[in-house]
Amino acid sequence: MAHAPGPDSIALLDRFTAALAARGVVTEAQIAAQIERTDLADPRIGAAMVARAWTDPDYHALMLRDGSQAAEAMGVSMAGAPPLGVLVDRPGVHHLVVCTLCSCYPRAVLGYPPHWYKSAAYRARAVRDPRGVLAEWGTTLPEGTEIRVVDSTADYRWMVLPLRPTGTEGWDAARLAGLVGRDVLVGTQLPVAG
Amino acid sequence: MTRFTPGARIRVKADFPETRGPCHIRTPHYLRGREGLVERHLGAFRNPEDLAFARPAATIPLYHVRFDQPALWNEGQAGDTVLVELYEHWLEPAA
Repeated sequence: MAHAPGPDSIALLDRFTAALAARGVVTEAQIAAQIERTDLADPRIGAAMVARAWTDPDYHALMLRDGSQAAEAMGVSMAGAPPLGVLVDRPGVHHLVVCTLCSCYPRAVLGYPPHWYKSAAYRARAVRDPRGVLAEWGTTLPEGTEIRVVDSTADYRWMVLPLRPTGTEGWDAARLAGLVGRDVLVGTQLPVAG
Repeated sequence: MTRFTPGARIRVKADFPETRGPCHIRTPHYLRGREGLVERHLGAFRNPEDLAFARPAATIPLYHVRFDQPALWNEGQAGDTVLVELYEHWLEPAA
């Protein structure tokens, strides 16, 4: 995997950031602030959005209409981030997100992508054999469910809004959010109560 | 102005600029020459093929286009689909 950067790389990065600052492109403080924002992003943000959509019809409608606004409504700064699209599962249709070109991922609301999401194996197989991929995850879709693979290749970033699991009637949003793990938000897993 | 409306049947151009020199293409290889249906217009974005090289980049329409998944690979389960973001200049009308 990635090696620790050597002194040459660090010196090159220092010269590069100094050159950007000298040209007024970006300051070191701005870079630090962006790193801090990126580090703060976490799949729990996406999970909270899903749980709120399950319990608040107005918020559900907002997520469908404008995912970026829905993220902002949860206190996430989307300034400079690509627009967020929300893929709504419904009975009979399940979404699976992949980026076959590289690693496009809704970082603003899910944080850094897991290693497997960037692997050549996942990227190649998700579009060609989505059912095999889900089977290896142990994910079983209800009989008769179509899979819609969303290849995230351009300017949007996509997250999945899964169906609320049965057996969660009366649960509040905080409890529901506990069912929505990182991988649920890109569709390799389903939320399961219990 | 957008050239295609939802439901329009399109073909992705069977073009491989990669064979002609350095480029930055967001249209996956496995879709070149394939037919799909425009699902919706996603908005207008600056052309990444120029942005990647710091050239002046036009703002162009981006669509979500749906493809029949088994047809792409000659395997898979009927009814499964692949939904992909594609820029307008990669699309041509299909009969």
